[in-house]
Amino acid sequence: MNAHLRQLEDQSVYIFREAYKHFENLAMLWSMGKDSTVLLWLARKAFLGHVPFPLIHVDTSYKIPAMIEYRDRFAREWRLNLVIGQNTEALKNGMNPGLGRVECCTALKTNGLKNLLAEKGYTGVILGVRADEEGTRAKERYFSPRDKHGDWDFREQPPELWDQFKTAFPQGTHIRIHPLLDWTEINIWEYIKAENIPIIDLYFDKGEGTRYRSLGCAPCTFPIKSKAKNVDDIIEELRHTTVAERSGRAQDEGRGMELLRKDGYM
Amino acid sequence: MLSTLNTRAARAQEHLNIVIVGHVDHGKSTLLGRLFADTGSLPEGKLEKVRGICERQGKEFEYAFLFDAFLEEQEQGITIDTARTFFQWKDRQYIIIDAPGHKEFLKNMISGAARAEAALLLIDAQEGVKEQSKKHGYLLSLLGVRQVAVVVNKMDLVGYRQDVFEAIEKEYRAFLTQLKVSPERFVPVSAKRGENIATRSRVMPWYTGPTVLDTLGLFREETEREHQPLRFPVQDVYKFDARRILAGRIAAGLVKVGDRLVFSPSNKTANVKSIEAFNVEPVPTQAKAGQSTGITLDEQIFVERGEIASYPDAAPLVSTVFRCNLFWMGRRPLETGKRYALRLATREVECEVETIHRIIDAGDLDARQTQTTVGKNEVAELTIRTKLPLAFDLYSDFEATGRFVLVDQYDVSGGGIITESVRDAQTVLREEARRRDIAWVKGDVGPDDRARHYGHRAALILLTGGPPSDKSFLARRLEVRLVADSRHTYLLDGGNLRRGLDTDLAEEDGAEMVRRFGEVARLLIDTGLIVVSTTNTFGRIDHQAIQTLVHPTPVVTVHLSKTQETSPPSTDLAFAGPKDFETIVDRIIAELKQRGVLAQAIGAKQQFHYSI
Ligand SMILES: Nc1nc2c(ncn2[C@@H]2O[C@H](COP(=O)(O)OP(=O)(O)O)[C@@H](O)[C@H]2O)c(=O)[nH]1
Ligand SMILES: [Mg+2]
Repeated sequence: MNAHLRQLEDQSVYIFREAYKHFENLAMLWSMGKDSTVLLWLARKAFLGHVPFPLIHVDTSYKIPAMIEYRDRFAREWRLNLVIGQNTEALKNGMNPGLGRVECCTALKTNGLKNLLAEKGYTGVILGVRADEEGTRAKERYFSPRDKHGDWDFREQPPELWDQFKTAFPQGTHIRIHPLLDWTEINIWEYIKAENIPIIDLYFDKGEGTRYRSLGCAPCTFPIKSKAKNVDDIIEELRHTTVAERSGRAQDEGRGMELLRKDGYM
Repeated sequence: MLSTLNTRAARAQEHLNIVIVGHVDHGKSTLLGRLFADTGSLPEGKLEKVRGICERQGKEFEYAFLFDAFLEEQEQGITIDTARTFFQWKDRQYIIIDAPGHKEFLKNMISGAARAEAALLLIDAQEGVKEQSKKHGYLLSLLGVRQVAVVVNKMDLVGYRQDVFEAIEKEYRAFLTQLKVSPERFVPVSAKRGENIATRSRVMPWYTGPTVLDTLGLFREETEREHQPLRFPVQDVYKFDARRILAGRIAAGLVKVGDRLVFSPSNKTANVKSIEAFNVEPVPTQAKAGQSTGITLDEQIFVERGEIASYPDAAPLVSTVFRCNLFWMGRRPLETGKRYALRLATREVECEVETIHRIIDAGDLDARQTQTTVGKNEVAELTIRTKLPLAFDLYSDFEATGRFVLVDQYDVSGGGIITESVRDAQTVLREEARRRDIAWVKGDVGPDDRARHYGHRAALILLTGGPPSDKSFLARRLEVRLVADSRHTYLLDGGNLRRGLDTDLAEEDGAEMVRRFGEVARLLIDTGLIVVSTTNTFGRIDHQAIQTLVHPTPVVTVHLSKTQETSPPSTDLAFAGPKDFETIVDRIIAELKQRGVLAQAIGAKQQFHYSI
């Protein structure tokens, strides 16, 4: 493993261990995508093969079926404590992407997550967001507080220096923890290769000349044209691309992401 | 935010964090945007998107909008919070952090700069050196960013004149010299027009030095930490398969299987048995500075988060008092005498500011004579006193264990670097205890083994105050009750020592009597006993000496008084007025339980309960 990947791993492991030490009621989001799967792997690094907190999957019901199969398989193999959240209320009332993408994301993901946090009383939530994904994430902290309504006050972010993080917080609020903040998309793939992490095959072209570069819900995620059949091909492709990673994600249009994230989206 | 064009990403081995600082509007965000644009590092369509935003807002195109992602930032044309950007050039990956220059967002600037190994400090050629130019320069030196290049921007506004550039260089160099910072270089640029950013400017032929892009390549990666003596702050203790793993990140030096370690401030010692890792083949036998690792020891000693492991002959300092330079970013001013939490590496202790020596106004760096508070965004020279002994280093010797933050209620509110260790009343005895503990010859039965067999840990209970008869009666009741509960307990009376061990001492040798009492208590504690002491003749200062000698054994101090008087500070339990001794005994036993002395479970964090 190259020195830089090693540094990234060391920092992420440090963050995991701080989170575990300071938060009684800790959980981690797992969307089965490449980022949160690397995140899961780093947790196993930090705790030497164990994952000492539950993994949350916020199921919008619009996920690609292969993702669910993959989820259940590794939950079994790695003995994960899986917690599934779903905004059944909104689904019953017919929420779908046709009613507006931001609306749908807010209802099924943001609120699905918020409801679960409230129900389980998690005070620390670990997520795989990366600073290089889009502008507002570039301004995140490793330990990022959310208020009573789960909202993000980006104007008043806590100082973060010398690996001393925000681990004290008033009751009713919670902290989002971001161990992958310093990783780039290519770092993720290089690490997957170096550690031989089993990754869902939707990221690979199976002969049709398309693959997913970023995974979300089926209706709002589009495959890209690519002949990358394995991790090596993807790394090679990323070295030459000039297209942003989330170009296949509809939420990012206009100010979609800033609005979503202020309200507590991942 | 922007994944750089990865064309040149091939096998990037090196990595560097860089921060861009300087006064507001001096062109930091513009410089960053220009650097990305001129090196072809922007994703497709990004420039067009920003051009679109500017057009819709009826504004001239701004490169700054590439990274000022928040709507509010774009509307006001300022950076509010730091942006991490990823930039790849030649064989190096950079994280470039664009910091806000407005003084209202100084704490955000600090968050960005604290992670950097090198800095670009921008000065507007037309405006010249401003308040935040100086403040940022000062903070960089405080934050330990030693590589600084000064970029004189907006040269287009001063006709690209060499004399303007040189005047700024002269003024700012003089300022930095006072801080003992020597800038790597000064670079004249126009960020807006791309002069000397990625390509050499033709309009300033008088300048022959490197461009900004070249300057990045000239910054060095810092690696010397691994050649220092070991500093391994314990982050947590995990218990897997009955093994106790000390987890943490190595702050300096190297740890190898077989190394003998001493933990400070407890002075416990043991040898490294293994280095633990997940999915690493072959199993590592050493770990070095920067690595997050885990170790097991050949003995089951009880160490906790916060202790610093080192080699016995190169251990950190330990004291309760030190001098430091600190910057304050709290909502409320820092006050002397108020309680704060101090965090140094993984240790957290309560502390207070004893003295504010001076406020350093970064504007002109002269000392303002002082008061009892430090305001927001001020830098001060202080003496801090911690409630418990703290292991630390001087910042000039070790970075990670020589700096700390102060937490006010929920918020990290100040950051400081330690400049001097101050001797406190306990220094001499503490050093004695440390030499003694490091060299202590141990049998094969450790404190954990004894605790397992006895059903409790060792402790010292110090009874003070009240009429001697009350105290003595309480001590005897306590001993009887504990022994009746099968707790191994012994009543140690100071008077007994005087009639034997101390017969060679005169009345006025009080300090030596106290020292001997402490050492005897230490021996009894090492045998696993709960020692109950009615040290009638000793005063409160002496109790501190005894605590120092038996550190880190739990000590419970109990104060009795006839009337409702205020008990001495740092008393754990106080009882006034007529006494019900059995109730007092119950309270002491409850306190012992709460401190883990009488608890059943022994050892590390026991709430690691999930099925594997
Ligand atoms: N004329 C001129 N204007 C510049 C230059 N660099 C930046 N600016 C302008 O200065 C203003 C502030 O720039 P910005 O990058 O937001 O400054 P920051 O606050 O330091 O990030 C913007 O209007 C820029 O267009 C330059 O080299 N020449
Ligand atoms: Mg700016």
